[in-house]
Amino acid sequence: MTAALIGKSVSRVDGRLKVTGAATYAAEFEVPNLAHAAVVRSIAANGRIAIDTAKAERAPGVIAVVTHRNAPRLAYQPHKGLPDAAVGERLHVLQDDRVNHQGQPIALVVAETLEQAVYAAQVVRVTYRNEAAATDMESVDPVLPTGKPAEWEIRRGEPDSAFEQAEFRVDQTYVIPRENHNPIEMFATIASWQDNSLTLWDKTQWVHNVAEEIAAVFGIAADNVRVISPFVGGAFGSGLRCWPHVTLAALGARVAGRPVKLVLSRREMYYGVGYRPHTVQRAALGASRDGQLHAIRHEGFQETSTYEEFTEALLSATRFLHSCPNVHTRHRIAPMNVHTPTYMRAPGEASGMYALESAMDELAVALNMDPVELRLRNEPDRDEFKDLPFSSRSTKECYRAAAERFGWAQRNAAPRSMRDGRWLIGWGMASATYPMNYAPASALARLLPDGTAEVMSAASDMGPGTWTSMTQVAADTLGLPIERVKFTLGDTRLPRAPIHGGSMTMASVGSAVQAACRKARDEALARADANEIEEAMKRLGQVIEATADVAPGDETKRFSMHAFGAVFVEVAVDPDLGETRVRRMVGAYGAGRVVNPKIARSQCIGGMIGGIGMALMEHSVVDPRNGRVTNANLAEYAVPVHADAPPVMDVIFVDEHDPHVNPLGVKGLGEIALVGVAPAIANAIFHATGKRVRELPITPDKLL
Amino acid sequence: MHPFVLERPRDLSAALSFGAQAGRNDAPVEYIAGGTDMVQLLQEYVRRPDRLVSLAGVLDDGIEIGSQGLRLGAAATMAEVATHQAVVERFPLISQALLNSASPQVRNQATMGGNLLQRTRCPYFRDVGYEACNKRAPGSGCAALDGENRWHAVLGTSDDCIAVHPSDLAVALVALDASVEIRGAGGDRSVPLSDLHRLPRDTPHLETVLEPGEVITAITVPANAAGLRSHYLKVRDRASFEFAVVAAAVAIEMDGARIRQARVALGGVGTKPWRLPNVEAALAGAEFEPAALRQAAALAAEGTQGRGHNDFKIELMQRAIVRAVEIAGARA
Ligand SMILES: Cc1cc2nc3c(=O)[nH]c(=O)nc-3n(C[C@H](O)[C@H](O)[C@H](O)COP(=O)(O)OP(=O)(O)OC[C@H]3O[C@@H](n4cnc5c(N)ncnc54)[C@H](O)[C@@H]3O)c2cc1C
Ligand code: SF4
Repeated sequence: MTAALIGKSVSRVDGRLKVTGAATYAAEFEVPNLAHAAVVRSIAANGRIAIDTAKAERAPGVIAVVTHRNAPRLAYQPHKGLPDAAVGERLHVLQDDRVNHQGQPIALVVAETLEQAVYAAQVVRVTYRNEAAATDMESVDPVLPTGKPAEWEIRRGEPDSAFEQAEFRVDQTYVIPRENHNPIEMFATIASWQDNSLTLWDKTQWVHNVAEEIAAVFGIAADNVRVISPFVGGAFGSGLRCWPHVTLAALGARVAGRPVKLVLSRREMYYGVGYRPHTVQRAALGASRDGQLHAIRHEGFQETSTYEEFTEALLSATRFLHSCPNVHTRHRIAPMNVHTPTYMRAPGEASGMYALESAMDELAVALNMDPVELRLRNEPDRDEFKDLPFSSRSTKECYRAAAERFGWAQRNAAPRSMRDGRWLIGWGMASATYPMNYAPASALARLLPDGTAEVMSAASDMGPGTWTSMTQVAADTLGLPIERVKFTLGDTRLPRAPIHGGSMTMASVGSAVQAACRKARDEALARADANEIEEAMKRLGQVIEATADVAPGDETKRFSMHAFGAVFVEVAVDPDLGETRVRRMVGAYGAGRVVNPKIARSQCIGGMIGGIGMALMEHSVVDPRNGRVTNANLAEYAVPVHADAPPVMDVIFVDEHDPHVNPLGVKGLGEIALVGVAPAIANAIFHATGKRVRELPITPDKLL
Repeated sequence: MHPFVLERPRDLSAALSFGAQAGRNDAPVEYIAGGTDMVQLLQEYVRRPDRLVSLAGVLDDGIEIGSQGLRLGAAATMAEVATHQAVVERFPLISQALLNSASPQVRNQATMGGNLLQRTRCPYFRDVGYEACNKRAPGSGCAALDGENRWHAVLGTSDDCIAVHPSDLAVALVALDASVEIRGAGGDRSVPLSDLHRLPRDTPHLETVLEPGEVITAITVPANAAGLRSHYLKVRDRASFEFAVVAAAVAIEMDGARIRQARVALGGVGTKPWRLPNVEAALAGAEFEPAALRQAAALAAEGTQGRGHNDFKIELMQRAIVRAVEIAGARA
């Protein structure tokens, strides 16, 4: 018997491939006879276009210039995958002369070389007939999304009168600008047709959705589209949807009659894929002197496009995180001439909790109460919104563990009371939560006579370690040493996996892998009449294969299922120059079972550093005059660098056994570690300086 | 990217014969050194030369220190200069400014000459999706005046352009009275660094006093700038690898508890590297104590003009001067 592998800190099985450059990313596949594509994008936010392609067509090496005038009419059959906006219709590319946002694709050039394609794209002449465009969110009236108003506006108790009568009140507006995911790997697609079958090498978080979407766009069967995506160089949600450039690559390949590669430039990454929407939120809390919450009113609105209603779970956590009898939430959207936003790491929760947990801190200050104590006094014993018990909830343990590790008891509550030389020191904290998601998944396990095993599922690994954790679960379940197990993902020919997002991969794919391996193992042992797996495989001398499909049962009807956590932060603020440095962070999470503590820790550290970006620097600066992103590059769009990561980062996983969530008992960790970081930092900055900044990012100018 | 021919001349005179036009837009011939800025501008279609003349291997890359002072060959890289022992010991301001610039990778590739002649980071200049940019397309207007101008200058601005000169190195050099050596078809000349860059006025497309075809061959720093107490302070939105929001280069000579002599220059706020003679005059002879420093630094605000988002720089730069002088003065 081999020792248990689940729960062990195994190093990444794909680490060597990655650091030696041997891992193949979408743009790196060698496909014979490849042509290159470049996209011409709109520089108007709304209007009609006329295109002159004469010069581009004559440019050296050009194979085709595709515009709305000559593009094949695409089927665009109805298709909505999980990451698509529920209401609205996806952007159709090169089908008519309308543009409705900056950066919209309006022509595609295919040429022999990348340089030739890029040059020809630059000499396509476009004339615009501009029409009035909504590009300034301040001048757009937000509206409720389509659908039942009850979904968007939720009321429990008597929030208005309870707020009016509350002894202590906080009522403030919090603003988060647009943010872009900025993964290091640019989006890239290689498209190759063989008759009516298409192969796509693509950067994506969900191969099956790409196949289904592209099949719908071209009016072919999804079985005829193969999508290959073994490695993803970061995505943070930007690769959940299938974006228009995938269609463009396939369209270019069809017109050119050759395989075509399309790689977005960094500037195009700000126009060609979605982003975390700009949000404006108002949070009002009413409490009695003992800290009991009597009213929560939380409303927010966010930008979306004119053609799709994108919404995220902005206000969800407000409904159950803290106990309160009177709650009102209202979620609205501001349709604008922008491209559709999308999910970005901890979508909704990261934004909504910035408002809620900042307001909680403001309330703690008003009450002159420790912010941890305030939360403990409002700890619910069930989900008061769904009226269900929590499958497990370790908030108290998280507050306690993180506070203790941090040394929170030493905190002097008075703002500006702690110093280190010139630096003002501030300590702040916030809660974190993220839903447990579990979706149907399938996996296949194959035991070979040589004592090795192949296990597979069409999952994705954008960085969190799917390759490794699945190999671990498989080896553990089979009872084989980890070197004997080869896991494969990222190909539509493999059993279907759910979307690699919503922190559900471990729960879903992990449970499927476990089930398939258990089946294969049981079968091998039974057929060989052995009780040792390696012995059984040898004795059988043939391949044993098993597939398994897992799916959630009715547990969502019986339980409210979420991961919970707490994050504590120490900042140092230079009171003269306004610079903030995060010095320490401690995060504690109750996230069920932890399959690989090493990878889980690095996953959490990544999320926490992402939260530093959100709090202190990230900002897609959209020009309200025309909707262009002025800082669409990595020099002017700041993301944290190593020097911004605090020297001390502690991650604690509190012991949590949850038998209800899924067979593996995991809750997912991808997103929760980003939640709560921005408010914890903003709260720490208040503690350091006495200044409450309610608009992210908190750059030096806001602290002068 | 516009198609171009890359010329690789054997020597400097061959390079000069191509008649490149450094710093002019739509010039048909341009020089390229380390390429860290040029390649970005080519990719973004901001610059469209038919010919690129490589300066690799034809320019001096030496770093010499002697009785005349410091001489930096134009081809010396940012990394070489930043870590050169004599520079670190005698002209730490230069080393600090460089180590606070860009990233190790960029510093390994980028040259002295290219650093001084890098183009502004004004996002409207670098995005051809904007039509209005007088620097890129003379007479087209300035998108920054009423646009997103948190990055922009408050000193030396005009109604036609408010773009910041982005070099940190140049700020340190201006403070140290450095000069550039220039060679062209007409021979050699030397120009004080403070005269190399022009104010935008109504010709923001003309950035320097270089004549077509001229190259920078070296930077010289006079010996009397050596050994001063100095500090390069850079305020930015993240801890490293970012251009300055505000930067202050300060070098002082103390006389007991008083400042005998001070040199002060600012980055991130000027349309060119900005020396502040009025602040220096006020600091000369001043008591080394906060109120006196603040009073002197306040003079930096003379002639400033904010455009909204960048108004905060006027206050921040004064504080940066005070802090830089305090740190420099506290150095042994
Ligand atoms: C990500 C990033 C971050 C950066 N951050 C900073 C920063 O924080 N601070 C900072 O100061 N800089 C920063 N830079 C800019 C960097 O310092 C410059 O790009 C670099 O110094 C340019 O040098 P180069 O040799 O690569 O010049 P090139 O890109 O080759 O040339 C730049 C210009 O100078 C001309 N040229 C070059 N050499 C000569 C010469 N000898 N004579 C005449 N003309 C010449 C070229 O024709 C061209 O117009 C950053 C750059 C990048 C890419
Ligand atoms: S500030 Fe100068 S560089 Fe920027 S848009 Fe205006 S003219 Fe162009």
